[in-house]
Amino acid sequence: MDLILPDLGLLFWTGIVFCLLLFLLAKFAWKPILNAVNAREQKISEALDLAVKTQAEMKALKAENDQILKEARAERDNILKEAKEAANTMIEDAKSKSKVEAQKIVEAARLNINSEKAAAIAEIKTHVATLAVEIAEKVVRGELASDEKQKALAEKLAGDIQMN
Amino acid sequence: MQQFSKLSFLMRKVAILLAFVGVSGFSFANEEKEFNVSEMIMHHIKDAHEWHLFGPEHGGTSIYLPIILMDNGLKTFSSSHFYHGQAVEVESKEQGASLHYVKGVGPAAGYAMYHEEIYKLNAEGELHFDGEHPHNTQPLDFSITKNVMSLLMGSFLVLIVMFSVAKFYRKNGAVAPKGLAKFFEPIIVMVRDDIAKANINEHKYEKYVPYLLTIFFFIWFNNMLGLIPFLPGGANLTGNITVTLFLAVCTLLVTLFSGNKNYWGHIFWMPGVPVPMKFFMMPIEIIGIFTKPFALMIRLFANITAGHIIVLALISIIFVNKNVAWAGLSVPMALFISILEVLVAFLQGFLFAMLSALFIGAAVEEAHH
Repeated sequence: MDLILPDLGLLFWTGIVFCLLLFLLAKFAWKPILNAVNAREQKISEALDLAVKTQAEMKALKAENDQILKEARAERDNILKEAKEAANTMIEDAKSKSKVEAQKIVEAARLNINSEKAAAIAEIKTHVATLAVEIAEKVVRGELASDEKQKALAEKLAGDIQMN
Repeated sequence: MQQFSKLSFLMRKVAILLAFVGVSGFSFANEEKEFNVSEMIMHHIKDAHEWHLFGPEHGGTSIYLPIILMDNGLKTFSSSHFYHGQAVEVESKEQGASLHYVKGVGPAAGYAMYHEEIYKLNAEGELHFDGEHPHNTQPLDFSITKNVMSLLMGSFLVLIVMFSVAKFYRKNGAVAPKGLAKFFEPIIVMVRDDIAKANINEHKYEKYVPYLLTIFFFIWFNNMLGLIPFLPGGANLTGNITVTLFLAVCTLLVTLFSGNKNYWGHIFWMPGVPVPMKFFMMPIEIIGIFTKPFALMIRLFANITAGHIIVLALISIIFVNKNVAWAGLSVPMALFISILEVLVAFLQGFLFAMLSALFIGAAVEEAHH
């Protein structure tokens, strides 16, 4: 029966010891432990939040970078295209210009050649005329070296004139 | 860690076996007294004024604990003045059997101890029995009994362990725990989250966490100490009705002082039921205030005491049959129950804290209908 009857002495000591234990543990154990655990939990959750935020930021940044890169690429393509076009027009211009120039040069050369040729022909003509005159003079001189010859010639010429 | 505890359990079992063999060897050889199982078990699960270490019950080695009596002033002396006192045998009226008590000697003169209870001797200098119980007056006994000693050691152990855990955090701040803190932190967090937070209003639970933590670790540590069959364990502290009564009263008081308008409203004037029912519900609810902690008290007491009784009864198989070969049956069975008791030790602490939190939670709950 006394197994289920409370004992005053034990109740007294249990009360004192338990209350003391509760006080000491609450003040010097549970408080620092729970504070540290709470602080760490907060730290972890903050770190996780930060990680998520950072990830989102990174994503945005990456998207922005991609956009910039895309734009840059487009601009580069544009510039290249424009440059190519410019180069092409320049080449075209240069080509047509040089063609005209060349034609001009060729034309000038031809004119020059023609005039040179004409001059040369004229000179040759003059030379030939002079030579012909000289030859004719020498021939005439030979023909006219004697009287018979002068006479024969005169006759011949007279004959030609008569024939005409 | 787990391996180690298993090993140490085996060692404990061997130790308890050896201790009993020693006791029985003596009693069988010298007295040829019948081995009384229920007497032995009752003796072990009840409180005592000595801490028996080893050897026979009379003449073995014990620590004699101090006796503190309030009887016209404070009287303190060693309990050895009873255990080595003057043995008296009285004829029992009813069964023809004899009752044994001891008269104190020296500073204990004038007092007698019968079944670990201290009585004042009457004018004739003896105890006056009426049936099984003496009719003498009892002085107020504030002795440091085996259970008080166990209570002090258990509480000291909780303090040392938790202070060293707290020291870790104080030293290292909010970092990942190591060592003892690593082991106890999940349990502390479990009490905070799964016991306090889960049952008590989210904005109010923090106030009750220290109480729930203390009650949980106090019960758990003392349950575990009770499973160790020798010093510093072996006392049946958490299986003592006085201790469980005190703990249950603590929870009752915390509940009553936390009770808000809504809680008292549900007890005295149950909302949402017809008026005649309100009158009918009131006494039921008032009884309910007390049955809840009463169940707490009985649950812890019965579970822990039952565990001790089963282990002792299984070990007793050997001595009832007076053949050590029975150890082949009784030791594995006692080992199995002891391991089960390790689980029960935790579970009962958890349940006590859990139900306390549940009652407190009901007391601080706000009306939401």
